Amino acid sequence: MTMAGGGGAEPWHEIVLRTLKRNEVRLAVYVPDNVLKPLIEALHADAFFTVFATTREEEAVGIACGAIMGGMRSLVLMQTSGFGTLANALASLPVAFQIPVLLMVSERGTLGEFNLGQALVHRTMQPVLTALAIETNKLTRTDEVEFIVDRSIKQAYATRQPAAMLLSPLLTGGKVFQK
Amino acid sequence: MNENLAPIGPGNAQVMNRFDITKRLVAKLKGEEAVIGGIGNTNFDLWMAGQRPQNFYMLGSMGLACPIALGVAIAQPHRKVVALEGDGSLLMQLGCLTTIAARRPKNLTIVVMDNRSYQITGGQPTATAFGADFVTIARGAGLAQAAWAADETMFEALVEEALAREGPSFIAVRIDDKPGVGTTDRDPARITDRFMRGLGTKA
Repeated sequence: MTMAGGGGAEPWHEIVLRTLKRNEVRLAVYVPDNVLKPLIEALHADAFFTVFATTREEEAVGIACGAIMGGMRSLVLMQTSGFGTLANALASLPVAFQIPVLLMVSERGTLGEFNLGQALVHRTMQPVLTALAIETNKLTRTDEVEFIVDRSIKQAYATRQPAAMLLSPLLTGGKVFQK
Repeated sequence: MNENLAPIGPGNAQVMNRFDITKRLVAKLKGEEAVIGGIGNTNFDLWMAGQRPQNFYMLGSMGLACPIALGVAIAQPHRKVVALEGDGSLLMQLGCLTTIAARRPKNLTIVVMDNRSYQITGGQPTATAFGADFVTIARGAGLAQAAWAADETMFEALVEEALAREGPSFIAVRIDDKPGVGTTDRDPARITDRFMRGLGTKA
């Protein structure tokens, strides 16, 4: 298999981590995912960040919104299926209240998915993001990660609106079917 | 307290009134404590008890008062934070109690007001009408400092204790089915703006 992400020397998750740090994003809350594992581990290993798991993605959005209003920039990490649980929480909290929560979603359900449910919920993600007018960018190449993450954070805070960053299997390799 | 008395549980706690309890809570707040009000009657009575700049009033996002309060508590560890929830709302997001117990925020207090019903939608019974006990649930989640308020006097004492010591603390109150005495502002951007100014995070 060819290497995903364009084969840059620095892995995508290290670029994400240092770009979060440079933008003073200090809190990361997550519902775990295999593709996110290296980023979650790197965040846990760096004392700059407060990092912990929640029981549901909605809960993570609530915590992040509270922290942002309290002055701490915050990121929520989840998988596509977790995003699928969020339409009401996003509409009624960060979108309505103008809280610039950062959402990073590891894409499942596309480019080689083996679970039909994952493929179906994936199809609901972009329509929900579009309906809520949430600024969304897809990360497909290592050499674009820093620019997209940096500009997404800056735009979210400048406009007081949430931002979504979708981690494509083109970047991460995704979750591969194994018999 | 008299040791011969039965322990206070949902079965023998006095049934109190939400607006009265909320006013008693707000009267104990002397240190610019943040209060996150859950949706519906919880928020309506918080609003009517006095619109402090450190109050945040949810509109929707049912169940997220405790998570929002945890976020504020993490971002501002020197400020005391109170989450005010109803029984239906907390039942929707019970997992957050395990997250809060795992994080052990020293500055967070949860107050749940339990009228055993989804009152605002017509009084349909919640699980607490059939025996679910919030203090037992909270302790099981890992929140050791959890108690039912026997009456108004004990509620005030529990609030004072929670604000004075290292948390997290959990206080459960049995309330009647009186509706909220007013309604909140419905402008979310203005609510965020006031709250952030109240927390000192917006000039």
